[in-house]
Amino acid sequence: MDNPPAGMTISLPSDSDLSKWDVSLAGPPGTPYAGGVYSITVTLPPDYPFKAPQVNFATRIYHPNVTNDSLGNICLSLLKPENWKPASRVRAILEAVRQLLIEPNPEDPLETRIAEEFKSNRAEFDKNVKGYVARYAKGAAK
Amino acid sequence: MDSDEDFVSNMSSDDDIMQDDTDNDLSAAEEDFDVFDDEPDDDPNVIPYKSDKKKGVAFDVGYKVYDPDDIRCQQDEMIDEVNMILEMSKEDAAIMLRYFRWNKERLIDDYMDNPSKVLEAAGLGPSAPELPKLQPIPGFMCDICCEDEEGLLSFAMKCGHRYCVDCYRQYLAQKIREEGEAARIQCPSDGCHRIIDSRSLDLLVTTELRDRYRELLNRTFVEDKDTLKWCPAPDCPNAVECGIKKKKDLDKVVPSVTCNCGYRFCFGCILSDHQPAPCELVKRWLKKCADDSETANWISANTKECPKCNSTIEKNGGCNHMTCRKCKHEFCWMCMGLWSEHGTSWYNCNRFEEKSGTDARDAQAKSRVSLERYLHYYNRYANHEQSARLDKDIYQKTEKKMVQLQTASGMSWIEVQYLNTASQALQTCRQTLKWTYAFAFYLARNNLTEIFEDNQKDLELAVEALSEMFEKPIAELADAKLKVDIMDKTSYCNKRRVILLDDTADNLANGRWSFNVDLKSAASRR
Repeated sequence: MDNPPAGMTISLPSDSDLSKWDVSLAGPPGTPYAGGVYSITVTLPPDYPFKAPQVNFATRIYHPNVTNDSLGNICLSLLKPENWKPASRVRAILEAVRQLLIEPNPEDPLETRIAEEFKSNRAEFDKNVKGYVARYAKGAAK
Repeated sequence: MDSDEDFVSNMSSDDDIMQDDTDNDLSAAEEDFDVFDDEPDDDPNVIPYKSDKKKGVAFDVGYKVYDPDDIRCQQDEMIDEVNMILEMSKEDAAIMLRYFRWNKERLIDDYMDNPSKVLEAAGLGPSAPELPKLQPIPGFMCDICCEDEEGLLSFAMKCGHRYCVDCYRQYLAQKIREEGEAARIQCPSDGCHRIIDSRSLDLLVTTELRDRYRELLNRTFVEDKDTLKWCPAPDCPNAVECGIKKKKDLDKVVPSVTCNCGYRFCFGCILSDHQPAPCELVKRWLKKCADDSETANWISANTKECPKCNSTIEKNGGCNHMTCRKCKHEFCWMCMGLWSEHGTSWYNCNRFEEKSGTDARDAQAKSRVSLERYLHYYNRYANHEQSARLDKDIYQKTEKKMVQLQTASGMSWIEVQYLNTASQALQTCRQTLKWTYAFAFYLARNNLTEIFEDNQKDLELAVEALSEMFEKPIAELADAKLKVDIMDKTSYCNKRRVILLDDTADNLANGRWSFNVDLKSAASRR
């Protein structure tokens, strides 16, 4: 991609396989995720662009819309079959992922407990996010 | 019967198709017989108890079975109507109707109110009159595959988002074949909600895909309409229409219907026929049987935990001085307190307050009684369920028996049909009996319950008697007297079943049953 969205760099782990992308995303400034560097994998299915790509967080992240496990599945309406269009762009997805860090969507959570905490106890939430950043998302260690 | 009045008004309220059938409940019930009359009499799949059904009996609900052609016709009629009234193309009318979930009146009202808003919401947007066509556009580059070859055929709907034919085709194939989508396939452009119409689709896809698309559209028609449901039998393409669509009706009636394929199911919950028990009771009963709440009940009735190590202890006799086998903790079974603190009043716990001591004993006794009660009903329910499962084998055995009987006795094929009839009566009656036990579990005791239990007993005796006759060896079956006996018993079983169902349905419709659980509040909560 000539012009990746802000705070992102994109690389292909294998020259021969164009269907797997590694994206590194810097936690957006002004959010508790700032300072963390997140590695995201984008997998283009064989039917791409007629099927939506699969996007996962490879770095553990404390977020209401990302599963709190090693799979890092993301709940993104853009990627659902009823919303994905062949003319949609990967760029739009990446921007949506970044937007999700700026503005989590607790109404449609994958992790209900984290969503609850996000709504009712923001200080505790921020603290937990930063704890995860320190433990998992310090890019240099990777 | 108030209940029937209710259904009639529900059916005709916003549903013009049913109107013809719902002038009174008699005609609705007649529809139900047409279903059977259309079938050849020798069809083995049709459950032959129709002769025992009286018109308008309380447990019958009006319904109608539609085959795939009927379903298509219904859609076409509505589309034609909208096409004429609103002067829009059939393709657009179809999209509009689907958007409004086939509520024609609401579509017309809303459209008259604000045409452009409704069109936009349904994914039609401002329309141009020309027909869709494939065309090459000079200098065109497909935004999906980036192909820009000279003379490349491309297609765009009225929204003007143009893509090459190959991409369009692949997109539609993906939607139809992989995702099973039909009614709401949008323009491939990001954020464009325009819905593809069937004429554009015809232009783009193969016949095979088009058939699949049509089939899917039919499916959404049935799924969108509350009064229509698919027959849940495997591979059955029929749908059933019935006026029961409000949850609250299900407190008053058990809407069993029989598809043309012979499968009997409940229109309310799509489970296999469970008359006389109402859907809510069935749901609770199945849940109760499925989870191990009764195991927990037993544990609470019979055991306590050691106050120190929490091991579960069943006291199987002896005095109140307990010594835990595991942690050697000594305590009093009555008050659960330390045994050493009992002082001189050993073997007679007086530390426990009189009142709470009685309460605790009462709670334990109650728990035990409720467990035994449950097991009483469950065992009978499970017994009939198992017999019903064996009935599947019996049916196959019957066929074999019928052939053997023909050779052994020289009877003709028609003359041995009584065995088939008997086998099916057995299955149907067992199914009913099974659910009477779940129903009885939730019944509070009163005079009606006793009548119900008498009916239940009569049916059960009749069924067991028939079952016994049915199992006789071929040599005896060939006896003409036994044949008459079996035929008599068969019709007696069917009659007892009708009496039982009629009585329970009538009481249910008039709200005369009292249950030991609150059905209504549970139904409205869900």
